[in-house]
Amino acid sequence: MQAPPSASPAASAAVPAAEFLTFTLGGEEYGVDILKVQEIRGYDTVTRMPGAPDFMKGVINLRGTIVPVIDLRLKLRLDDARYDAFTVMVILSVGQRIVGMVVDGVSDVVALDAGDVRPPPEFGGAIDTRFITGLGTRDQRMIILLDIEKLLSAADIGVLNEAVAQAA
Amino acid sequence: MAGIDLKRFHRAFFEESFEGLDAMEAALLRLDPAQPDAETLNGIFRAAHSIKGGAGTFGFAAISEYTHVLETLLDEMRAGRRAICAADVDLLLRASDALRGLLQAARDERVAERSVADAIHAELTQCLQGAASAAAGKAAAATTAPAAGWAIHFAPHPGLFASGNDPLRILRELATLGDARISVRDAALPAFAALEPETCYLAWDIELRGAAERAAVAELFAWVEDECELRIEPLAAGADLADAVAAPALAAAVAPPRALADGAPRSEPRGDGASIRIATAKIDAMIDLVGELVITQAMLQQLADRLDPATGEVLQQGLAQLDRNTRLLQEAVMSTRMLPVEAVFSRFPRVVHDLAARLGKQVRLHSSGESTELDKSMIEKIADPLTHLVRNSLDHGIETAAARVAAGKDATGTLTLRAAHQGGHIVIEVADDGRGLDRARILAKAAERGIACDAAMSDAEVWQLIFAPGFSTAEQITDVSGRGVGMDVVKRNIEALGGRVELASCPGQGTTVTIRLPLTLAIVDGMSVAVGEETFILPLSAIVESLQPQPEQIKRVAAQGQVARVRDEYLPLVALHEWFALPAVPRAAHEAILVIVEAEGRKLALQVDALLGQQQVVIKSLETHYKRVPGISGATILGDGRVALIADVGEIVRLATRAAAA
Repeated sequence: MQAPPSASPAASAAVPAAEFLTFTLGGEEYGVDILKVQEIRGYDTVTRMPGAPDFMKGVINLRGTIVPVIDLRLKLRLDDARYDAFTVMVILSVGQRIVGMVVDGVSDVVALDAGDVRPPPEFGGAIDTRFITGLGTRDQRMIILLDIEKLLSAADIGVLNEAVAQAA
Repeated sequence: MAGIDLKRFHRAFFEESFEGLDAMEAALLRLDPAQPDAETLNGIFRAAHSIKGGAGTFGFAAISEYTHVLETLLDEMRAGRRAICAADVDLLLRASDALRGLLQAARDERVAERSVADAIHAELTQCLQGAASAAAGKAAAATTAPAAGWAIHFAPHPGLFASGNDPLRILRELATLGDARISVRDAALPAFAALEPETCYLAWDIELRGAAERAAVAELFAWVEDECELRIEPLAAGADLADAVAAPALAAAVAPPRALADGAPRSEPRGDGASIRIATAKIDAMIDLVGELVITQAMLQQLADRLDPATGEVLQQGLAQLDRNTRLLQEAVMSTRMLPVEAVFSRFPRVVHDLAARLGKQVRLHSSGESTELDKSMIEKIADPLTHLVRNSLDHGIETAAARVAAGKDATGTLTLRAAHQGGHIVIEVADDGRGLDRARILAKAAERGIACDAAMSDAEVWQLIFAPGFSTAEQITDVSGRGVGMDVVKRNIEALGGRVELASCPGQGTTVTIRLPLTLAIVDGMSVAVGEETFILPLSAIVESLQPQPEQIKRVAAQGQVARVRDEYLPLVALHEWFALPAVPRAAHEAILVIVEAEGRKLALQVDALLGQQQVVIKSLETHYKRVPGISGATILGDGRVALIADVGEIVRLATRAAAA
């Protein structure tokens, strides 16, 4: 099943046809591989973790399992991280792990062919594009496709090691 | 379908094989070489036989080949064609170890380390050949060399059919080995009206002529031999008079081990049918779900409490019943994780047997309370500390036979393992009747190692010195114990499980180490405390007391350090919200609550905002989906569905006192 979006640039240029869950973060539309999405929940109380970075909101009780929650807006350094009635958590299942991701709102599920996806532009180091596998286009909308494994490993949840081990 | 993938059966094969090996080992240790018990020998043989069969089926040729030699040797023993001596038992024990190594390698898909197994294989083969040429001499040769044939007397017990065996099948297969002349004895057959169709009344005498080997004949009866009277004797061929004479002589010389046919009671009732094998993950999932159910139930209860009592009465009744049922269900599910402590005790006969031999001591092992139940994960974790204690007792506690006799004691030392439930705890004792602890030597050693001590200490305080890191009193370092990692590791491991270690000793009479453990790791008795907006759980076992301090009890030392004066002791004070870097309303220590905790003999005052209450909480892992967090041992889910973190008091004390010392 889920071949983890590969890290090599050649492969990221040719994202295979797949369905993506899109959501908004600070006015932009982002997408993640729908096969990695377990469920979508409203944002509710999170228990803070001692010594964790600001984007690591804490842990929640997902039907008896303790699941960490990351605020993607803080992780991607978007200014406006508000918590209101539309704030939702996308629960992702990556490798053996489950992680919650706070976003501004979930919009759609779109299918993208390889032809709809362009490689991420080079920003010359000014902007961190490590977490972006490509830019998708659908009905004149631009969708930024995220590499969840990389994002989570950068969030220090240790998913990368597992993802690499699985790919090996 | 392109063939069945045998791999999915491998796990069951390995599990069964390891169980078989355990049973084999236990039986070997029970075996008295002077008077071998037929049932015990049969048990050992059957274990080897099943492993061989399984290994053959799944294509582990090396294992099957190796086990074959072992099996052949065992077969000779149980047939009474070989006298058994202590050295044989030892060889068989080592052989079972090597077999375990081979199985483990096959399970992990490693290349097996063959050298040990090969050496033992050679020893076994030599042992077998030695048997063929030795004492039994000509007669033995007659039994292994193809005789003219065999006279087989086969009288099944009446209940044979109940075990699913069919004598006709055996007879038919027998006929394929040679020319079989079968005569039936129907003397026991009742009148037709009284005939029970599920009872076997018949017996057979078979004359098998041909070159079949005895082992081949015996193999056919391998599965029914407990349920029949079976005699296989060489057929006296007229020409070979010597054999005919020798055979009965042999039968008399090496009397078959106490035959089962005399109605000897089975040594162990087997409860096979009464249990099923379930993956631990499934049970854990069930425990999680039940935990959720308890929380949901509490939530409903809270909602119902807000209703008008008049309208909500029926609902309340229903909820009360749900509450009762949920708790019963939770208890029942929890109990599925409980295993008898025998699972760990059962390894000690072997440990004691090997160690006593190595140390040249005579030791008798007594164990009691093996059926006391304990959480499975706990069982796995106490095995090492217990082994350490047993080794310590054998090495340092029990004296050599000569020293014991000189002291007027029985030459054979006694090591006692006892387990029992006490309140919500299990208490495990490791007691020996050895020389006891030497107060003077411990004090001298402690002084030498730079451990704080003084001659005026009470005995109990002196014994505690043994648990200090880096303490080992062995005069010489043996390979058994005394590598310097000693009782401090035992103590730390037990405390990590939420338990305590106590020690009592009497010079010349022995030492008793008592371990007290909570029944399960899945639940902890906790005190919930408020720190800012968060709730933390402190394990009750670590809490000494809690108090509301007076301003004069709090003293500032140097720049940041605070100490609290509690009952003439100055304890380092740690404010939990600072420790966990939580945004909390800063308040002076004397406006807060101090919880005095103790771990590894050191005390600490934790400053919290409020005590919320005492409750049992179900421990959930943080590491499954996140990572280990310093100072946190896990998380739990509160009645309102929120997550609360469980503080790792041991770690906080360790880190805080180290920071203070630095």
